[in-house]
Amino acid sequence: MPAEIYLNVAVSGLLTGLVYGLMAVGLSVIFGVVRVVNFAHGEMMTVAMYLAIVLFNGFGLDPLAMVVPLAAVLFALGYALQAGIINPFITRPEHSQFILLVAVALILVNVLLIAFGPDARNVQTSYSFASFLVGPLIIDATKVYAGSATVVITAALFAFFRFAPLGKAIRACADNYTGALVVGLNVKRLYALTFGLGAACVGAAGSMLVLLVDVTPALGPALTLLAFIIVITGGLGSMPGAVLGGVLIGLTEAMAGLFFTPSAKSMFSFGLLVLVLLFRPQGLLGKRLS
Amino acid sequence: MIGRLFDEVPRRGLVLLAGLLVVLLAAPWIANDYLLTVLIIVLYFAYTGQAWNVMMGFAGQLSLGHAIYVGLGGYAAAALYVHFGIGPWLGLAAAIAIAMACGAIIGFLAFRFGVGGVYFAILTIAFAEFARIGFDHFRWVGASSGFFLPVANYTRNDLWNLRGNPTMFYYVMLALTIAAFALCHVLLKSRVGYYWQAIREDEVAARSLGIDTFRYKMYAVVLSAGMTAVAGVFFAFYYNNLFPEQVFHISRSIELILGPIIGGIGTLFGPLIGAFLLTGLSEAMQELLTALGFDAPGAKQVFYGLCLLAVVMALPGGVWPWLAAKLGVNGRRS
Amino acid sequence: MTALLAVDGVGKRFRGLLAVDNVSFRVAQGAIFAVIGPNGAGKTTLFNIIAGTFAPDRGSIAFAGERIDGLAPDEICRRGIGRTFQLVRPFPGLSVEDNVLIGAMLRRHDPTAARRRAHEVLLRLDLFGKRHQPASALTLPDRKRLEVARALATDPKLLLLDEVMAGLRPAETDRMVSVLTELNRGSGLTILLIEHVMRAVMALAGRVLVLHHGAAIAEGPPEAVVREPAVVQSYLGAEAVE
Repeated sequence: MPAEIYLNVAVSGLLTGLVYGLMAVGLSVIFGVVRVVNFAHGEMMTVAMYLAIVLFNGFGLDPLAMVVPLAAVLFALGYALQAGIINPFITRPEHSQFILLVAVALILVNVLLIAFGPDARNVQTSYSFASFLVGPLIIDATKVYAGSATVVITAALFAFFRFAPLGKAIRACADNYTGALVVGLNVKRLYALTFGLGAACVGAAGSMLVLLVDVTPALGPALTLLAFIIVITGGLGSMPGAVLGGVLIGLTEAMAGLFFTPSAKSMFSFGLLVLVLLFRPQGLLGKRLS
Repeated sequence: MIGRLFDEVPRRGLVLLAGLLVVLLAAPWIANDYLLTVLIIVLYFAYTGQAWNVMMGFAGQLSLGHAIYVGLGGYAAAALYVHFGIGPWLGLAAAIAIAMACGAIIGFLAFRFGVGGVYFAILTIAFAEFARIGFDHFRWVGASSGFFLPVANYTRNDLWNLRGNPTMFYYVMLALTIAAFALCHVLLKSRVGYYWQAIREDEVAARSLGIDTFRYKMYAVVLSAGMTAVAGVFFAFYYNNLFPEQVFHISRSIELILGPIIGGIGTLFGPLIGAFLLTGLSEAMQELLTALGFDAPGAKQVFYGLCLLAVVMALPGGVWPWLAAKLGVNGRRS
Repeated sequence: MTALLAVDGVGKRFRGLLAVDNVSFRVAQGAIFAVIGPNGAGKTTLFNIIAGTFAPDRGSIAFAGERIDGLAPDEICRRGIGRTFQLVRPFPGLSVEDNVLIGAMLRRHDPTAARRRAHEVLLRLDLFGKRHQPASALTLPDRKRLEVARALATDPKLLLLDEVMAGLRPAETDRMVSVLTELNRGSGLTILLIEHVMRAVMALAGRVLVLHHGAAIAEGPPEAVVREPAVVQSYLGAEAVE
């Protein structure tokens, strides 16, 4: 096969991987700070995706323009979820939390199923079939837009955690819960804010992913699993790790789809997951867990 | 000897248990066909829930990919029957062996490499997904188009080949459930059972008391896998078809843990109570919705989700401990 | 008088920190041996090495003549070393009786025989009356006694006690001291303990080892050790000796 095809597929995978990376960053932030394993992560993203579809098909609003509004909506959803339901579970045993979120995921997926039915839906914008020609590469316009938007958002997020007082407060909570309490930080509120932020990432990523793939309610659990694979591979609690993991998985799946049948490509991701769990559980960039 | 087994159960509990047993044995005469099929589902979930409970409730390992054992067991026995004419009671041996081997692999990888808690759960999900996709391409057993068992007529009961009418299947499932219950009861009172509980409560402390935690965790995983495979064999011969997309799907894994979680993890009766409550209520709700004219696929799952949410938030130990206290049966948590 | 436990040149480093630095000592059969020193001196790390939680980087440990360094914690318990934890670790969801029962099951596979042994130990440690309570419902002093009872039920030849007096009031401390003395004199149980409560150390120990920054700075009978200038300076302070 000519080299251009590999290159095209690789670039395509990389750009899609960036969007997955943003989704995973959301999960990483939630786990890194609130220490909750958000098993409903993918389902929340699917909610965002369906919202984007409704906004587009109903009101003609382009998903790229809806990135910020959808992020805001998901922020509210995440905040409410954390403040309302999850907060009392922070101190409960791990499996209890996990099961709580499994329940939330179950409800979300099936409400979507009832509302929208099982058939695949997508969004056809004016640029859905456009592409950029860069040398030998033919890159989908949707992927370029989605990829670039993701880079901007991720950079903004990094800057927030690095420089903004609120961002630093959140990091303080993550590093030292008791210490944060002692210096007077309202940890409950910060947790809810963080969960909201993580959900906002998923809202943004969702409104972009809707340009790239077809949506069914069943996508929820698949995305959750993918998010975990990315975060574990890249390193739990490491935001750059999540981005790196996303790109890596995007690339792997794209290339695997090229060499093997498309349906087998997830098997590579699972294989990668198993290897990481066994040999380098802290992931590529994560800190070694005590 | 049987008497010794029930030493610590108060009289009231024994009476209730005996009553329940009588009702269950007489069910095919009392209940109509529809109710019987519902009962079969209840018992199926009670059984698989109990099998899962061995890993989670007893040894503390959260498995969210248990459907893999149902699938492996079902496909193994079905393949032997369809391709070689080997009856399910013999096929059982292969089904259990294969599932146990799979459980041993997962357990070995996880425990040798210190993968626990949530990571272990994710590992189990990954394995089940792996199986789902793998079997989708496994032509010898039908791949994604499905694997079918020849459906015989229902007038003759062929116990050896598990071909027959629902009543036969009902008694088979009942026998399995009772056997699972008895096995778990015996195990809990034995050294193995106590060691499992120690590991569940505090693995580090357990090791300091001389318990080889690796070995006992492996026992739990392998036993749980083997028990679940038996349900898989039943599943295959009762429904007569197997599709990887359905059998290995994560929804199946989640479905089978709902019963024990709602009923009470680690308790003996939890899975049974949970299965009864869940299936009973959901069927009733389904009837109600159809009567009202709603046809909502997914409504049942939303209901399950809400039940799970309610129990996890309000009754974290499960319904059974709460109910047992109310009944004065002292459903003592193991 | 044979040494039951022989620790030779044991060292352990964690990244940049040398937690245990070339420590050697011997615990005679039937003795009560105490390890004292300021916080961070490496006492619990030393215990964890003996009990098998970590393997030493250097040196060796022999128990009843056989090498045990590098063995897993459960194997070490099977060889006859029982231990308690500085922060107690009961099985919270299980009853007091079941906690000790599980310990007893190491040597007695039959639950009935194990239960009998558990009862013996519970009586010894004055917990028999509370045996049906869940372990999570116990007060701290009771939890400490439960921890000791549970370890005792494994029929150890050597018992490692990690700050078992911490948090106890003087009356409770005295009670624990008398129980340990009785176990030592009556059953010949060898005891190796980490302690900060000097009252208990003076009452119990036949020999004391002092650790500071991971290294042994003094060893000998308690009355002699507490007078050594290095010990006074690093740990006790002059008032303690007055």
